[in-house]
Amino acid sequence: MFRKLSPPVLLLLPALIVLTAVVLLPLLLSLYSSFTPFRLTRPATLWIWIGFRNYERILSDWVFWAAFLRTIVLLTIALNLEMLFGLGLALLVNKATRGKRVLRTIMMFPMMFSPVLVGFQFKFMFNDNVGLVNNALQSLGLTDQAIPWLIDGNLALFAIVVAEVWSSTSVFAILILAGLLAMPQEPVEASKVDGCTPWQTFRYVTLPYVMPFAYIAMTIRSLDIARAYDIVKIMTDGGPARRTELIWTLVGRTAYSDAQMGLANAMAYVSILLSILFTIYFFRKLAAARTQIGAEW
Amino acid sequence: MAQVSLKKLVKSYGAVQVVQGIDLDVADGEFIALVGPSGCGKSTTLRMIAGLESISDGAVEIGGTVVNDLPPRDRNISMVFQSYALYPHMTVRENMGFSLKIAKQPQSEIDRQVNEASAILGLEALMDRRPAQLSGGQRQRVAMGRAIVRHPEVFLFDEPLSNLDAKLRTQMRTEIKKLHAKVQSTVIYVTHDQVEAMTLADRIVIMRDGHIEQVGTPDEVFKRPASRFVAGFIGSPPMNIEEATIRDGQMVFRNGDSLPLPAQFAGAVTESQKVVFGLRPDDIFPSGHGLSSGGAGMIHEAELPVSITEPLGNETLVFVEFAGREWVSRMLNPHALRPGERIAMSFDFSQAHLFSAETGKSLARPVKD
Ligand SMILES: Nc1ncnc2c1ncn2[C@@H]1O[C@H](COP(=O)(O)OP(=O)(O)OP(=O)(O)O)[C@@H](O)[C@H]1O
Ligand SMILES: [Mg+2]
Repeated sequence: MFRKLSPPVLLLLPALIVLTAVVLLPLLLSLYSSFTPFRLTRPATLWIWIGFRNYERILSDWVFWAAFLRTIVLLTIALNLEMLFGLGLALLVNKATRGKRVLRTIMMFPMMFSPVLVGFQFKFMFNDNVGLVNNALQSLGLTDQAIPWLIDGNLALFAIVVAEVWSSTSVFAILILAGLLAMPQEPVEASKVDGCTPWQTFRYVTLPYVMPFAYIAMTIRSLDIARAYDIVKIMTDGGPARRTELIWTLVGRTAYSDAQMGLANAMAYVSILLSILFTIYFFRKLAAARTQIGAEW
Repeated sequence: MAQVSLKKLVKSYGAVQVVQGIDLDVADGEFIALVGPSGCGKSTTLRMIAGLESISDGAVEIGGTVVNDLPPRDRNISMVFQSYALYPHMTVRENMGFSLKIAKQPQSEIDRQVNEASAILGLEALMDRRPAQLSGGQRQRVAMGRAIVRHPEVFLFDEPLSNLDAKLRTQMRTEIKKLHAKVQSTVIYVTHDQVEAMTLADRIVIMRDGHIEQVGTPDEVFKRPASRFVAGFIGSPPMNIEEATIRDGQMVFRNGDSLPLPAQFAGAVTESQKVVFGLRPDDIFPSGHGLSSGGAGMIHEAELPVSITEPLGNETLVFVEFAGREWVSRMLNPHALRPGERIAMSFDFSQAHLFSAETGKSLARPVKD
């Protein structure tokens, strides 16, 4: 029966079969299940079609919207901080006259840890009784109370941002450093002759050149954070009282704790939409910045 | 006032000295051309004057003040880089106006200056493009434009015309000359192109391996090269240069051929001294086809075989075999010659050059200027 297929199709067939089995089918199945009241505990519910009821329910559910907005806020704050710190780090490392490689490697350390470990580490550090942070603050005499880092809703969100920023600033730093290293020196020299102070050189020449690299980092990271699960799961598990609930912790809870797989899948599809929007946004920015520097890549 | 002085200027990279103690005084408003083979340190010298390269030793003075420790922005210079160095994210207009914007000039003034420069350089149609959308020659003109809008006291040019085609280069050369006549700034101009150096410069500095071989007006370096190196470097086609040994008032070349020692060098050499004899193509010619020379008694004639000819229209370069190599000669009012044909050649000894084979330094000056 294979005789009838043309060689290209024949050669691609194994890949197509594997991809269909592990990607396409689960995707379609999960999409389908988002239109059913499927519960893990009652398999038969998979066959009940309820149309858009799941979607209607989550879109009118303030818990979902709160998680959704919180995710966007976290994304915005964390990305901006990472961008700033990453840029600063990259500039510092780029200034180093020697040991650049060592510094670059050290800079990547946070990326080597599993987010779960980072979560545990920061959970310990922000612990109100035995944590490093409170300990340090108290020893320095800045406060004499135990600050409830992971118990107060806002402080907990702050602690999560710190953990995220710590673990991922290096993504920005590495990419921006790559940009700085690839940057031609002549325009920088020309700007010095043209009368620029070091700050003006940075502002008008260096920054426009490294922005595309920052946008690449942003695109990568925006997908990362939009699916932020592990750090939050470990540090606060969405608590206290859902004050740090993000989309994916909510999806996870709905799917496995509440066993409402159909509803969870519907949420997941809505949040994938969010990710796609962010990606498109940053790719637009990237394309614009690229034409701006006249890049040939 | 912006005279530029280099005092024992040295640049080392590690143990290697690429600029080896240069002394040079450039007067206010003077146009200096820096020439020399690739890698001799021209760009490095220029970059030290600009403040882009640290000075290992010695001093750079601009307008009488030592500027060794001043950043480029405080030196009141502008520079055209060998590699254009345009700002990739700015349009041509923004590139040219950038320095004025940094200097906080009003927008109307910036526009006026930029438009004036773009008219001189023929860039009007390209003002809204970015550097990536320009050809090499166009980029080079933008780089020129960026330098001239500033009206600095000192212009530094690093081979600004090297990527232009012959026609545009000639045209731009004229523009630079006009510009210099108009603004009267001091100019230090690095070039590979002798014609550029000869036509533009008040004085030419010939560099070699990090030191200065000769400084002089175009006329001086052409007519009185201080060394064998300068003699071979300046002039196109290059001077005919051949080593010889002095024997009985004759210069005996390595293959045994000889020429009489030109009279003006008689006192400058000793018996069996090794010398280098040089004569420009203009001063060797098929008899009757040369420039009329002053010293009739200074013409030496010999019959030599023609190897090849290169007709150039109003003149022909004739290569003749002598002393084991080909000597280039310039034939005016040419007529056709066959390879192998033996013709009478005139050597105008009044224009001859003689250098020490040991030091390469000139042994004496030609009789006539
Ligand atoms: N950063 C550096 N480290 C070590 N050596 C260098 C460095 N920059 C330049 N050099 C050396 O210094 C010498 C002079 O270089 P420079 O660029 O001044 O030459 P140039 O006369 O401008 O040549 P060209 O006509 O090819 O532009 C060269 O031999 C070069 O190899
Ligand atoms: Mg150079």
